[in-house]
Amino acid sequence: MKTETRHEHFEAPSVLGNVLRKLHIDIPLFIGLLLTSIVSFVILYSAGGQNMDVLMRQLSRVGLAFTLMIVLAHIDPYQFKRYSSVLFGFGIVLLVAVLIMGQIGKGAQRWLELGFFRFQPSEMIKITTPMMIAWYLAEYPLPPRAKQLLVAVILIVIPTLLIAKQPDLGTALLVASSGAGVLFFAGLSWWIIAAIVTGLAALTPIIWHFMHDYQRDRVLTFLNPEADPLGRGYHIIQSKIAIGSGGIYGKGWLGSTQSELDFLPESSTDFIFAVFAEEFGLVGCLGLLTLYLLIIARCLYIASQAQDSYSRLLASSLAFTFFVYVFVNIGMVIGVLPVVGVPLPLISYGGTSIVTLLAGFGILMSIHTHRKFS
Amino acid sequence: MSRLYAIKDHSSEKRLFVNRIIAAFILASLLTAGLIIRLVYLQVAGHEHYSLLAKDNSIKIVPLVPTRGMIFDRKGRVLAENRPSYSLEIIPEQVPNMEDTLSRLQKLLAISDEDIEQYQKLRKRQKRFVSSPLLVSMSEEQLATFAVAMPYFPGVDIHRQLVRHYPYSDLAAHVIGYVGRINEAELKELPIAEYRGSSHIGKLGIESSYESQLHGKTGYAEVETNVQARLLNTLKEVNPEPGANLYLTLDIDLQRTAYDALGSFNGAVVAIDVKTGGVLVFVSRPGFDPNPFVVGIANEAYQALQSSENQPLYNRALRGLYPPGSTMKPFIALAGLEFDVINAGQKFFCPGFYQLPGVTHRYRDWKKGGHGAVDLTRAITESCDVYFYRLASALGIDNMYTFLHKFGFGEKTGIDLVGEKSGLLPSREWKRDRKNQAWYPGETLITGIGQGYLQVTPLQLAKATATLASNGKVMTPFLVDKMVGQQGTASGAEGSNYSIPLKQENVSSVIKGMVNVVHSEHGTAKGINKNITYQIAGKTGTAQVLGIKQNAKYDENSIDFKYRDHALFVSFAPVDDPQIAVAVVVENGGHGGSVAAPIAGEVIRQFLQEKYEN
Repeated sequence: MKTETRHEHFEAPSVLGNVLRKLHIDIPLFIGLLLTSIVSFVILYSAGGQNMDVLMRQLSRVGLAFTLMIVLAHIDPYQFKRYSSVLFGFGIVLLVAVLIMGQIGKGAQRWLELGFFRFQPSEMIKITTPMMIAWYLAEYPLPPRAKQLLVAVILIVIPTLLIAKQPDLGTALLVASSGAGVLFFAGLSWWIIAAIVTGLAALTPIIWHFMHDYQRDRVLTFLNPEADPLGRGYHIIQSKIAIGSGGIYGKGWLGSTQSELDFLPESSTDFIFAVFAEEFGLVGCLGLLTLYLLIIARCLYIASQAQDSYSRLLASSLAFTFFVYVFVNIGMVIGVLPVVGVPLPLISYGGTSIVTLLAGFGILMSIHTHRKFS
Repeated sequence: MSRLYAIKDHSSEKRLFVNRIIAAFILASLLTAGLIIRLVYLQVAGHEHYSLLAKDNSIKIVPLVPTRGMIFDRKGRVLAENRPSYSLEIIPEQVPNMEDTLSRLQKLLAISDEDIEQYQKLRKRQKRFVSSPLLVSMSEEQLATFAVAMPYFPGVDIHRQLVRHYPYSDLAAHVIGYVGRINEAELKELPIAEYRGSSHIGKLGIESSYESQLHGKTGYAEVETNVQARLLNTLKEVNPEPGANLYLTLDIDLQRTAYDALGSFNGAVVAIDVKTGGVLVFVSRPGFDPNPFVVGIANEAYQALQSSENQPLYNRALRGLYPPGSTMKPFIALAGLEFDVINAGQKFFCPGFYQLPGVTHRYRDWKKGGHGAVDLTRAITESCDVYFYRLASALGIDNMYTFLHKFGFGEKTGIDLVGEKSGLLPSREWKRDRKNQAWYPGETLITGIGQGYLQVTPLQLAKATATLASNGKVMTPFLVDKMVGQQGTASGAEGSNYSIPLKQENVSSVIKGMVNVVHSEHGTAKGINKNITYQIAGKTGTAQVLGIKQNAKYDENSIDFKYRDHALFVSFAPVDDPQIAVAVVVENGGHGGSVAAPIAGEVIRQFLQEKYEN
């Protein structure tokens, strides 16, 4: 590759450095992701009832996701930019297909059956939406003008509504925020941001009107968990007890008693943070949050070093979405946000979200390791 | 596009972007700080409070499962009850040495190797702190033995639960249905809170259609337990509300009579209380024992039921589709009178066959030499096919469809059981939509004698007969008479009640023919009129299973049993004040008069005898 020769007179050549550069891996980010994955295995072993099967299955998924990340890191960001609109359009077509099939099958459907595995178009859209918006806005001077803003908003709303219709509120929220992230980093005026925040607050009753009954239940339960102690509210009550009883230093690994109750069925998935907080306490939580913030900081740094508008917007938006992931999940587990189905990134049990997340980090690494120094 | 790059100010864009990056990081840090504040609030300030709830003594919310309502017949006899059963359960985490424990238990309680093996498999799939059963139902001997030895088996415990039991086994399995373990698909549909702690749900019959009433309301208790999950203290209790007891209109004695009367035949018997629409008998034979389904039927046993040629799992009374044959004639006759295409005294000559103008095909009568000159009454009594070919031709398919539809053919009766079939009442539109063909005149003829596309369920036949018996009053058949729960008594299913406008004299003419079927010299079911003090109106029917070619002869003895004709009979009694309507279908039974009618006769006799004795 041409870029390698350019690297050489920029940094002191070393054997390890050369190997890593050829691998297109960003070391700080890689270490951060690796550490988080290790935390994931440690806590999954405990939350999954010390079941090795669960661990092995997750290990194979994480392996697959890391491989995908490295593959994507090797692709020149120019290729991502070039195919942004095609990939986005393809994703929308798949979303519509899923929706139609779901209607035929009379039930919620989120995936396409592709013979040997299930493919969730909504996962792909989490990445292609910021790609599309970044590609579109980068063609124009920044900050974007009214016309471009309007087009961008429409481009964000289409996949968001399609996913919300599935219905998958958590993913819809993540897709919307990935698109909104691009707008923010493109320099959307603070006045408009303030107006949107106020507008959303005013729109709440209308959104309420369009929500499914079970979605309303979740919101109501969030506002008053004690009203439904056997149903949805149970999660929140139990998770608060688990976290609170963990105290400053926690009960130690495998020491969780609360989360071991059979009544917290999502203790390995969406509510895994409660198990973590119970076993490792406030100290552990601070450590984990710091780890997350460091990953986000590194991603934002990569974005700031990117050499064109497209790369900057995409990289920063991916970092932003990652933060939204963390914030929404922990927020719901500690009872400050309503329960929407968002896993704790890189830690919750489950394959689909981890593959998408690491694909995003692969793109970030590609942006960072393909810079041209001339 | 290149034009636009020209006005891009790269350095100002970069500055703006870096500002935004900084803003974003500050925002993320602030929000994270918010999370940390909340964590401090929970883990430092709230630590003592939550520890009290969780540290050594944890508060659990335990669902209190309501007792499922019982099911009784009309005389209060138990059709479905709950029996205590004891299972031996193990919590792996609390067992010091699993292999040793299992081998000691095996020796002590004489547990089979398969049970041990099955438990080992189950254990691998479960979390270590979850209790799972080694023995599903313990014998009294095992119970007594283990109760003494319990202190030597930490982590092993006896659990008591109630298991649904159906004392009448296969007799009414198709009506009552059964409960079974909740499966994954059902779990997704169910309200989580209501079914927390419930393991079973109605899968079939009354158990399924009245699931919500039978299940009751789940309560809960907030209990304090220690680390070994032993109960220490109950803090709060919201009692469950037991499910309602259901009282059916079904009479289990009458049900048994009908079931036994079918003998070795497959078939169905449905009897309806003409005054109310309540179902007295609902037999589908062969039945099956629903009890194994409750605990989980073994795969081989289930396969055997599934692949049995007699199809015991098939609810013939509710879902069996049969050509009604001549049992349709009273309704066709009434249609002819109501549409005024014939009058009751008018006679037609029957030479033993009927031909449509310009067609050589001969539509044959069952009686080879013909019936001679027949009027409406005789046509019904002797079941003259030629008379009804002629009548059908005069009515036309459109009129027949309109009239039969009013009697409920071609649509569900609306009974309070799930899975009912609607049968098939053919029409011009149906044939055009389904087969993309025009309606042929010959098809009108065979519809007139209950053959062709026409398909009915035994339940539909019984309902239509009850409608005829009550001068056109249509009542939705129902099984649940009343529901007795904590909130009081409620009546069961409510159906529509309306009347088909019919001329009394027309109905009387048809019924006269039906009375003669049973009580006259030439009647096709005269065998059942002995030793009765009341009159029965009836109509026999024979439905072809095999098509017979022109000029071919149907010889009962020479053909395979499964291709023999189905025998049918519809009836009601007493004629002067109808109480009960009965429909009988005997698969491969041969003739309606000799096989199906006696079954109805016995049901009617027993029902009226009891009625008059009281």
